[in-house]
Amino acid sequence: MQKLIVIGAGMATGRALEHLFEADPGAYEVTLFNAEPRGNYNRIMLSPVLSGEKTYAEIVTHDDAWYAEHGVTCRFGERIAGIDRDAKTATTEGGDVLPYDKLLIGTGSNPFMIPLPGHDLDGVIAYRDLDDTERMIEAGATPGARAVVIGGGLLGLEAAAGLRLRGMEVTVVHIAPHLMERQLDESAGFLLRRALVHRGIDIRCSANSKEILGDGGKVKALLLDDGTELPCDLLVMAVGIRPNVKLASEAGLAVGRGIHVDDQMVTSDADVLAVGECVEHDGALFGLVAPLYDQAKVVAATLLGQEAAFVQKDLSTKLKVTGCDLFSAGDFAEGEGREDIVFRDPGRGVYRRLVIEGDRVVGAVMYGDTADSNWFFGLIRDKTDISEMRDTLVFGPAYQGGAPVDPLAAVAALPPEAEICGCNGVCKGTIVSAIEGGAVDLGGVRGATKASASCGTCTGLVEQLIAATTGAEVETRTAICGCSDLSHEDVRRLIKSRGLKSMPAVWQELGWSTPDGCHVCRPALNFYLLADWPLDYADDPQSRFINERKHANIQKDGTFSVVPRMWGGITTPDELRAIADAADKYAVPTVKVTGGQRIDLLGVKGEDLPSIWADLNEAGLVSGHAYSKGLRTVKTCVGTDHCRFGTQDSTGLGIKLEKVLWGSWTPHKLKLAVSGCPRNCAEATCKDIGIVCVESGYQVGIGGAAGMDVKETERLIDVASEEEAIAVVMAVTQLYRENAKYLDRIYKWVGKVGLDWVRERIADPVERAALVERFELSQSIYRKDPWAEHAAKKAETYRPVADLTLEAAE
Amino acid sequence: MTWIDLGPLEAVPVRGARKVKSVHGCVALFRTGADTVHALDDRCPHKGGPLSEGIVYGQAVTCPLHNWVFDLNTGVAQGADEGAVATYPCRVEDGRILIDASRLTRDSAA
Repeated sequence: MQKLIVIGAGMATGRALEHLFEADPGAYEVTLFNAEPRGNYNRIMLSPVLSGEKTYAEIVTHDDAWYAEHGVTCRFGERIAGIDRDAKTATTEGGDVLPYDKLLIGTGSNPFMIPLPGHDLDGVIAYRDLDDTERMIEAGATPGARAVVIGGGLLGLEAAAGLRLRGMEVTVVHIAPHLMERQLDESAGFLLRRALVHRGIDIRCSANSKEILGDGGKVKALLLDDGTELPCDLLVMAVGIRPNVKLASEAGLAVGRGIHVDDQMVTSDADVLAVGECVEHDGALFGLVAPLYDQAKVVAATLLGQEAAFVQKDLSTKLKVTGCDLFSAGDFAEGEGREDIVFRDPGRGVYRRLVIEGDRVVGAVMYGDTADSNWFFGLIRDKTDISEMRDTLVFGPAYQGGAPVDPLAAVAALPPEAEICGCNGVCKGTIVSAIEGGAVDLGGVRGATKASASCGTCTGLVEQLIAATTGAEVETRTAICGCSDLSHEDVRRLIKSRGLKSMPAVWQELGWSTPDGCHVCRPALNFYLLADWPLDYADDPQSRFINERKHANIQKDGTFSVVPRMWGGITTPDELRAIADAADKYAVPTVKVTGGQRIDLLGVKGEDLPSIWADLNEAGLVSGHAYSKGLRTVKTCVGTDHCRFGTQDSTGLGIKLEKVLWGSWTPHKLKLAVSGCPRNCAEATCKDIGIVCVESGYQVGIGGAAGMDVKETERLIDVASEEEAIAVVMAVTQLYRENAKYLDRIYKWVGKVGLDWVRERIADPVERAALVERFELSQSIYRKDPWAEHAAKKAETYRPVADLTLEAAE
Repeated sequence: MTWIDLGPLEAVPVRGARKVKSVHGCVALFRTGADTVHALDDRCPHKGGPLSEGIVYGQAVTCPLHNWVFDLNTGVAQGADEGAVATYPCRVEDGRILIDASRLTRDSAA
């Protein structure tokens, strides 16, 4: 087997190895060196790690298992000191001399540090790798810490936004008159600036740095040439990168600004290839991921003696700052023969500018609404003649040819060769064939095509493609409501990672655009906060839908229904008498038996609620929570008590479960059932959580439903004892509470995270115990009867505040 | 105008409402996050939903039955829905909520 030495475990060499192993796993014996003490991770996603939206573990591309599987010898944390091209060997820092047949250089780039006085002070860093990111996170942990970021380009702004989310006071110093001047025109730059200022980031454009001031060897402030002093504890320089060519140049390879490579990615030495940010191809350098991945493909082919050539393409840019949607592509400088089409909606902060030359779009800048960006990028790349659609062009693909406006129309209108995933160069046709080949969810498409697997900004488009292709309803990660651009998932993550423990903290810190939310986001936030911080957060009744605020279901005429709890569906003559008496006393028009094995009193007047509850409480009856996004009922059959087929005490287990779970809030309603044998009389297999008793124990299934969707439960785990069954149900309930999106039933949540993931958590005894413990902690607050509490303390609020029918006007 | 004292501001929860009975049926008395008070007919023009049971935010309330949204200052339905409810002058003075009852009491019914 031939020996391949790879220098640098970055995204480009990582991708090249993937292609190589895929095409011919036995061709090379690979040794991989990396100066960083770790393998390949998705460097583009450092910004979400910095902001707390992702963890390092989530952005690892190749883990130890992957390297082991492909027989890669990993030498991480070791540098190559020199290359002897005549002997075909590489020498490590430690003096090891390793022979190679082929050498692949992927040394990447170095951040450019402006040689200002003081640039070597402690606390002055670049933003390049995980170590820098960790430094920044650490700095953000100090309350009141301040940061200055030099550079208002892509990287600098992502750093600034991340540091701000970590709670630091952040100032961005930018030398040009507007932000991201290489990608944005002035108007879009202004909107971006406004959005960042709104997040509390201080932006100074046309500002020249003069000197970095220190105190005892540590950075203290940045001095501008107009005399302004910007105090800081951390100074991040994000002004650009330079290809790292030192090793190549010392080895005598042809080097310009980068390492010279030909179309086959071969350097001036036929046995040495180079890839990534360290190369120079046809006079160009590369900093974005898409061309690097194209190069990686060519590297793998060349190593295998196949024909391939790297071709440079037009590039587009997106900013990964959650909530700032921004896109630019092509050339948008003003010039002779160029015309602009501009669309503005200042109220929504939307800006769109197309630069037209002849009958072609040559450039596009979009801010605020970038949903159609891929379509416009396609027009630029394919040099499409747009003269026929010029009138409506700026409104996007949905308006071409009078097609109806539909969220899926834009993506459906794209031609098969339209690029969906810019990072991985995956076009619509490839994704559609993968979907038709059986990849019907996001994970499947990512696995089959890599689309949306890098920076993730095209995730929504991929989901829409799945929906458009399969006709299935795919829930896309859309904004929580009109008050914020963040998705439910983003909000949940940020509440946890940033320790937000009150509603105003969420509104303030996450930049809500309304003073106090709306009827869509408030109930969701209230649930997330109480689920994540059971002891710190006080439930806010005013953020609950009326049913949960008044602990009864509102009816179409404004009256309410009252459903007392019947543990496991078991009742007594005394309870039934109390219910009958209450129905008489409050003139309840309808008494109905529910599907959850209890009795519903329908048509109770709002102001009578506290007294009917007090009466029912007296007979020992408590709230049945028939109104809540929380535990409803545990339906049972009679099990071994009476049934000749029963295998276990299903009624007893149902009662125990209900006593443990009652009062808990969940993302949506939670219905359980326990059947005493596989005949399943309690219909446990269409419940959110259902237990079927068998001779050997208990089969626990989750994800059933019998509503708008009808679903059968999927088997989660089988356990032998009743105690274990109860622990499993508590653990899975808590996992659901901690992770699901508000208003997702268990089956929807499982559809997103996968049953295997849930099973792994529940099957692990340590995780199960921790989940049970957290559930119990929350239940120490919520396992109580709200009826008793309201009847005793809040009865007054159920009555009118005044009765003017008794007043006479003066 | 006939100002009647309905009680202390604290009688109505922040971002909440209480009902006031009147000769025309119930009036919903709202208190916003900014501590302004508003009185509107407690009957959604759509299907009669009790607005006093809705979620209050900004200067708006959402009807609990079918999510119609009303501006608390004008009583006009927002967005695509068309309709309006009557509003009644009310204000806070020395921590007490006052309402103009000239259209709400028995004598005015005629």
